[in-house]
Amino acid sequence: MNSLAFPFVPLDRTGGIPLIPVPPLPDSERKPLTKKEVSADHPTWCPGCGDFSVLALYFKMIEKRKLWHEKITTVAGIGCSSRFPYFVQAHGAHYIHGRALPFASGISLSRPDLHVFVFGGDGDAFSIGGNHFNHTARKNIKLTYVVMDNQVYGLTKNQTSPTSPLGRKSKTDAWGSADRPINPMKQAISAGATFVGRTSATSPNHVLEMMEAAMDHDGFSFIECLSECVEFFPGAFDAAIPRKGGKFELIPPSHDVTDEYAAYRLADNPWPGQFGIFYKVNRPTKNASEAKIIADHRAKVTGLADWQILQKNFDRMK
Amino acid sequence: MSALLGLALCRAGTWLNFLKNPIFMSTTIVPGTPGPVSQISQIPEAVIRIAGNSQDGIQAIGGFLARLAGRSEQEVMTFMTIPSTISGGPSIFQVRIGSGEVLSAGDEADMLLAFYQHSYDNHLGSLRKGGVVLYDSDHVKELQPENLSKYRHVGVAISGLTVEAIGGSGRDKGKNVFALGLLARMFDLSVPKLHKLLEERFTGKDPSIVQNALNCFNAGYNYTLATAHELFRLKPGENVGHNQVVMSGNEAIALGLLAAGVRFGAGYPITPWSDIMEMLRRELPKYGGIFVQGEDEIASVSMAIGASYAGRVAVTGSSGPGIALKTEALGWASMAEMPLVIIDVQRGGPSTGMPTSVEQSDLNIACFGGHGDSPRVVLAPSTVEDCFYTAIEAVNLARKYSTPVILLTDQGIATRIEAFPEPDLKKVCQDISPDLSPIADHKPYDLSAPDGITRHIAPGTRVASGKYPVVTGLEHDELGHPTGSPKLHIAMTSKRRSKLQKLGRELPVPKVYGPSEGQILLVGWGSAQGPIQEAVKTARAAGEAVSGLHIKYINPLPEGLEQIFEGFRHVFVVELNDEGLYGYGQLAAVLRARYCNPKIRGINKVDGLTWKIREILDRARALAQ
Ligand SMILES: Cc1ncc(C[n+]2csc(CCOP(=O)(O)OP(=O)(O)O)c2C)c(N)n1
Ligand code: SF4
Ligand SMILES: [Mg+2]
Repeated sequence: MNSLAFPFVPLDRTGGIPLIPVPPLPDSERKPLTKKEVSADHPTWCPGCGDFSVLALYFKMIEKRKLWHEKITTVAGIGCSSRFPYFVQAHGAHYIHGRALPFASGISLSRPDLHVFVFGGDGDAFSIGGNHFNHTARKNIKLTYVVMDNQVYGLTKNQTSPTSPLGRKSKTDAWGSADRPINPMKQAISAGATFVGRTSATSPNHVLEMMEAAMDHDGFSFIECLSECVEFFPGAFDAAIPRKGGKFELIPPSHDVTDEYAAYRLADNPWPGQFGIFYKVNRPTKNASEAKIIADHRAKVTGLADWQILQKNFDRMK
Repeated sequence: MSALLGLALCRAGTWLNFLKNPIFMSTTIVPGTPGPVSQISQIPEAVIRIAGNSQDGIQAIGGFLARLAGRSEQEVMTFMTIPSTISGGPSIFQVRIGSGEVLSAGDEADMLLAFYQHSYDNHLGSLRKGGVVLYDSDHVKELQPENLSKYRHVGVAISGLTVEAIGGSGRDKGKNVFALGLLARMFDLSVPKLHKLLEERFTGKDPSIVQNALNCFNAGYNYTLATAHELFRLKPGENVGHNQVVMSGNEAIALGLLAAGVRFGAGYPITPWSDIMEMLRRELPKYGGIFVQGEDEIASVSMAIGASYAGRVAVTGSSGPGIALKTEALGWASMAEMPLVIIDVQRGGPSTGMPTSVEQSDLNIACFGGHGDSPRVVLAPSTVEDCFYTAIEAVNLARKYSTPVILLTDQGIATRIEAFPEPDLKKVCQDISPDLSPIADHKPYDLSAPDGITRHIAPGTRVASGKYPVVTGLEHDELGHPTGSPKLHIAMTSKRRSKLQKLGRELPVPKVYGPSEGQILLVGWGSAQGPIQEAVKTARAAGEAVSGLHIKYINPLPEGLEQIFEGFRHVFVVELNDEGLYGYGQLAAVLRARYCNPKIRGINKVDGLTWKIREILDRARALAQ
C-alpha cells in the first residue's frame, strides 16, 4: 500500500489541554433561555437603529420556543445588520458579503438537527447576494432568512442600495437614485420562495409572529423586516409607523396565501404597502429531496460498511 | 461507473442502437485462425496513438486497452486530447503499455491508428521511424509518398468493413470496436480478456447487445492483415502479485475523497473539474452524503465552507476561472481557520484560455491567490495513484491544521488513465464524523493552545460554560469576537502562519531520483514527475549526471531542499507555465525567493501538451552550456 504521510488522526478538541467531563443535561431539566443567557457582545449599532428591535425579538422567540443554545446557528453576511451573530450567545458565523445564504445552506443540508437563521441587509441580500437569494429560494433550502431592509447601505455609510426608493439622495447618487428599486416580495415570490412575509421592526408583536411562523415553515422562509437606519435614512418608514402618523396595515385575512398571483398583486400596493404573510406553500425542500435520494441509494447498500460500498467501485475498475 | 465508461457509453449509445439492427444480429462471426503472417516480435512495451474524431469512441478503445493492460499486470499510462467543442472534432488517445515501469505516455508512437485524412496528416510525425500506421483506407486517400518508406503503411477499409461486417446499414458506428479487434490481432492481445471486458461493459443491457459487440470485435480480429508483415507480442508483466485497478486521475480523486470520509461537496461545472463533481454527485448518496450543484463557484465554495463548519470537512473544486471566483471565500476560510478541501484541476489560462489543454499555471493563485495574508496548504499529486492518496491527505491535513487545503492537479493527470495496485480499502477508509458531545468550555482561537492549532466545535455542541464561539472573517479574539486590537491582529496572524510553518517541519523531505550529486537536478511538480524521471533515466543511460527531484508539498515547502540543491551545479525547474517577467516559472520563482540561489532556473513551455523526454533533455543540455 502506498503509505500516507498524513494518516488519519482523531482530533483532540483542545490541542492537549485535558478535557473536563460535562454531566448530561436532559431537555426536561432545561429552562427556557433568558435574554441574559442568549445575549453576547453588546450591539455596536447606533442608538435608535431598527436592528435592535429585531435582535430583541429573536431573543424573545428563542425563549418562547425553548430553543437551546447549541441548536441555533445564526449566520450573516456583511453589513450593519449582519453583525447580528456576535450579539447572540449561540453558535454563529459572520461570513462574507452577500454569501450568507450558500454558507447557511451548507449547514442546513448537512445538519438537519439545527435551526438555521440568517440575518442581513438589503444590499447583502439583493445586490451582491442577489443570485444566491434566487437560487436558495428556488431550491427551497430549509432555513429562515430575515432581511433587515433599511433601503440604504449602512455600514459603508450611505450609498444607494438596491431597495432605495427612486430619487433618494445618497453619496453615490447626490442628485437622487435613478434605478428602479427591487420589490423584495415580488423577487422572493418569483424566485420560488415558499414562505414570504413582511414586517416592520417598529411593530414588535408582528415581528415575533412572523419569525415564529417562518421558523415553523418547512422550507426557505423569507421575511423582509423594515428596519430604520436612523443615521443615514431617518424617517424612511414613517409612513408605516402609526406613532409617526403612518399606517401599519395588515394583509386582510381574506388573502389566500397559496395564491401566487394574489400575492404578487398585494406586493404592488403603494408604499408603505401591507404587512403579514404574502405567500406560503408547501413544496418539497431540497433537504427532503436529498434525504429521499440518500434513502433510495442506501437501500441498495444496506448492511455494507463504507469501505465495502467503495470496494464495489474498485471492483468495476479492474 | 467510471467517467471513461460513461463517455464510452454515451458514444456507444449510437452504435448500439445500430447493433440492434436485426440483420446485424443474425450475423455471427467467430474468431477463426488468423491469416498468414510472417513474424511475431517480442516487445517490452508499446505506444499506440489512436487519432480520429471525438465521437468515434476512440477513448473507449483506449480505455479497453488500458484496462486490459491493468489485468495483464502490465503498467499503463494514457494521454488524450479532447476537443473543447461539443460537436466532436479531432481527438487523440495515446496508450503506452509496458511490461516494466511506465513513466510517461511516450514521446513517439510505435503504432498510429488513423481514422481520417486529418488524423493521418497531423499525427504521422508522432510515429517513430519504422513504426506502423494503420489507417482507414476509406477515409485516408492521400498517403505521403516521402514517408512511405519511413513508416510501415497498413491500409484497412475500416469504415466499409465495419458496415459490411455488421449488416450493411450504411453507417460505420462501431468501427472503434472493429479497430480494437485489429489492434488485438496486431499486438497478439488476450482475446478472452478483451471479450470479458466487452461483456462487462454491456452487462445489464440487452444480452444481444453484448453478443453484437463481441461480433464486431471478432470481425476486426479475423480480418487478415495481409500487408502487416509483422505482429507483436508484449512480454508478460513483471508486477505480478497484486491486483491492479485502472482509472483516471479525476476518478481517483473522487474515490479518495469518499475514502477520506468526505460527505458533502458543492461545485459548478467546468472542464476538466466536472468529472469529479459528477462522480461525487452519483456516489455520495450511497454514503449518506450530498453533492450540490451550486449557482456559481462562490456559492459552491460557501456551501462547502458552511458544511465544514457544520462539522465535517467538505470539498469544492474547479478549474482556473472558477478558482479565481473562490478566492474571497478562501480568504475567509484562512481567517476563520476553517478546514476545507479545494480541488483545482488546472488547464490552460488565463481566463477561458485553453480549456482542454494541460498547463501548470495556477500555482501562484493556489499558493498566494487572495487578499491579505492568507496562508493555506497546497498539495500536488503526480500520478493517478497519487491522486487517490493525496485526496485523503488533503482531508487529513485540513482537519489536523484546521486550514483550507488546495489540491492542485492538471488536465494531464485528470484525464489520463493508469493502472495501480488496488488499495486496501478496509484500512484506508476513515471515519471523520464530528464529535458533538458537550464540552465544558471552548475557545477556538486559543492563543495558549500547546500546539498552536485552532480547533472548532461544530454547531450542535453544547458548551457548559454558556459561552459560544463565533467564526468570522473579521480579526477576532480567542472566542471569535471581532477586535481592532493591533496586538491581537499580530498574534492571530502569527498563529495562522506558525501552524503552517509547523506543518512545513513535519513534511517528508523529498528524495532525489538518482544520485544526490551531479551536474543537473531537474525539479518538477505534479504531472511532470513521470517525464522527469524518464528523462533522468535516459540521460544517465547516456552517461550524463542528471538527477530528478519531485516536490509534492508546494505550500508550505518541506525542509531540506537547500541541502539537496547543494549537490548539483544546475537546478532546473521543469514546469508547464510561462517563464514570466523575470525568467522563472511559478515554482522556480518561489524556490528562488526562498533560497536566493542563482543556480535555480526554469525550463518552461505552454504548448498545451505534456512533456516529451527529448524536450526536457534538449532544453536542460542547452541551459547547462
Ligand atoms: C466583497 C465586498 N464588497 C464590498 C464590501 C463593503 N460592504 C460592506 S457592507 C456593504 C453594504 C451593506 O449594506 P446592507 O447589506 O444593506 O447592510 P446594512 O449595513 O445596511 O445593514 C458593503 C458594500 C465588502 N465587505 N465586501
Ligand atoms: S448606520 Fe444605520 S444601519 Fe448602521 S447601525 Fe447605524 S443606524 Fe443602524
Ligand atoms: Mg441596508
